[in-house]
Amino acid sequence: MSFPWAKNYAPQHPLMQWIDEKLPLPRFVYNAVGAGYPVPRNLNYWWNFGVLAGFALVIQIVTGIILAMHYYASTGGAFNSVEHIMRDVNAGWLLRYAHMNGASFFFIVVYTHIFRGLYFGSYKAPREMIWLLGVVIFLLMMATAFMGYVLPWGQMSFWGAQVITGFFSAIPLVGETLREWLLGGFAPDQAALNRFFSLHYLLPFVILGVVILHIWALHIPGSSNPTGVEVKDEQDTVPFHPYYTAKDGFGLCIFLILFFTLVFFAPNLLGHPDNYIEANPLSTPAHIVPEWYFWPFYAILRAFTGNFMGIDAKLWGVLAMFASIALLFFLPWLDRSPVRSATYRPVYKKFFWVLVADVALLGVCGVMPASQPWIILSQIGAIYYFAHFLIILPMISRNERALPMPTSITAAVLGEGAAKTAPAA
Amino acid sequence: MVRLIGFFVGLGFIFALLYAILVTPLAIEHNAAEAFHQEPRPLALASNGPFGRFDTAQLQRGLKVYKEVCAACHGLSQVRFGQLEALGYDEGQVKALAAQFQVPSINPDTGEPATRPGLPSDHFPSPYANEVAARAANGNAYPPDLSLITKARHGGAAYVHSLLTGYRNPPANLPAELRPGTGLHYNPYFANLNIAMPAPLTSEGQVTFDDGTRATVDQMAKDVSAFLVWTAEPELPRRHAYGWAVLGFLFVLSVLAYLSYRSVWADKKGH
Repeated sequence: MSFPWAKNYAPQHPLMQWIDEKLPLPRFVYNAVGAGYPVPRNLNYWWNFGVLAGFALVIQIVTGIILAMHYYASTGGAFNSVEHIMRDVNAGWLLRYAHMNGASFFFIVVYTHIFRGLYFGSYKAPREMIWLLGVVIFLLMMATAFMGYVLPWGQMSFWGAQVITGFFSAIPLVGETLREWLLGGFAPDQAALNRFFSLHYLLPFVILGVVILHIWALHIPGSSNPTGVEVKDEQDTVPFHPYYTAKDGFGLCIFLILFFTLVFFAPNLLGHPDNYIEANPLSTPAHIVPEWYFWPFYAILRAFTGNFMGIDAKLWGVLAMFASIALLFFLPWLDRSPVRSATYRPVYKKFFWVLVADVALLGVCGVMPASQPWIILSQIGAIYYFAHFLIILPMISRNERALPMPTSITAAVLGEGAAKTAPAA
Repeated sequence: MVRLIGFFVGLGFIFALLYAILVTPLAIEHNAAEAFHQEPRPLALASNGPFGRFDTAQLQRGLKVYKEVCAACHGLSQVRFGQLEALGYDEGQVKALAAQFQVPSINPDTGEPATRPGLPSDHFPSPYANEVAARAANGNAYPPDLSLITKARHGGAAYVHSLLTGYRNPPANLPAELRPGTGLHYNPYFANLNIAMPAPLTSEGQVTFDDGTRATVDQMAKDVSAFLVWTAEPELPRRHAYGWAVLGFLFVLSVLAYLSYRSVWADKKGH
């Protein structure tokens, strides 16, 4: 698809030839993730995380479908049906712990995947569409994860739903009406639980669809690489299969070791104890905190504590929280530096690591109670977050002097001299 | 254009945040209760750690403490009597134990609410008909169901053990507003220091253990905590066993995957 030297699918077996004539599905797979897709030869382990995210999605869909066979979406029965899965369903505890921790691992690999894209400039032309679709996937994941967390109908489920749907009531004039329409009532109740279950089942398949578009868009220009130098000829690439299937296979094993260590030995480490208490609309938990993957955004939401320019603090927080994700859509046009990889961008590289530290700081602020010194730390963290993307990044891309870059991918791997004499791969 | 709009949007949020910093008091609020609150003391149980399993003798003692002390106010609604076979009881013993409890039923002749002796397929009955009845009987406090209590509290079993053995007289320097009111009892392990539940385990020998273990308050608290780990997570030993098998398999698979990765890439220099 992407390069003229890509291997062509040539089935040997008559049956495969017959299928290829009628429906070239094997050809499609061969070109997408088989030997027919040439990939830069210099990808490092950070490039494993796309495949890992895809695998995490499959884990979630498979375990989720089976859990849905035993789950009962009712305010009176949901909590007990989860315990029924944990106690009476064969290996139900394994399915549920895998699904619960699978969500966390999905976010761990997707956050790594996003930061890899930020470091190596993967969002830049000609790959803007891949990035845009990636942000759409991220938004869908957040919606799916939030609704999934409501389903067990524990205390954090209920009060998390209460707080998050409460964001909509910050919108002037229509906010309260909108919130009631979304919830199907004045507070999270049977109507909300039913629709959250329905959407929680639907959205993963929407994610799957956008993932297919994401990979399709990737195959137009081909994969990016750690140098940011474009592929020039055949010796710069290797076929995806067997080279990257082998490398991703090893990466997947390491991922599964970490995942199952958590599932089998600390399954509740990333959860909140309050969600083992059945939802009680009359008893508010002392600290309402979302799941860890929302902490940085929750910190941004709570950082706005003043009614500035006639706009309510709550509305500022909600706008900022949505803006903090929405600005990612504009990233390819905010950062105009022609150099992709931070390896050759000394100034950008420093600010990248400041951003990583800043998001970590916001994460800590998000789980802490809303009191000093966490308020001021989250305010400083949020200032840097917006400054980084909207002010610093456009400015450094104008003034930065890039370091000398290798002339080709092969030169980066084998050295400048070897690049010309190396045999074609 | 995108950068110009972005710049002003960014400035807008930054000024709103700078304003927020200005109007938010910097003083760190001191929570007076925090100075008196204590973290749970570590509790060594057979179920702890990645090799953890249940000590069935301890679980049997814990069940007895639950039955004779806790069950007066606290339910165990997620647990079925039949599951108690995991504690080392045989079918007959479980049947006899279930029959000691009265579970809600319907009188087959009149259709009126009634009770009947429990069966192994029944769940532990709740001591109160509903939350209102429970609060009415306990000075408006609601004794929580204990099935999941070790998973529903920070500190788990260690918290339960510390709480049960943590009752004491309030320290002399405790501010008046933190002193226990009517019907409350001072316990530094409880979140707000004053708990409605009176000390449930008060004297040695309150429960007579069938295996001859000396029933000190600490021993009873430990045993019931261990039992409540089981009620919250009955599949724990199986989970650990599966875990080691899965990790062993994945370790071998990782070595093979790494070797095949090296072998596939052997013809590519620079890797």
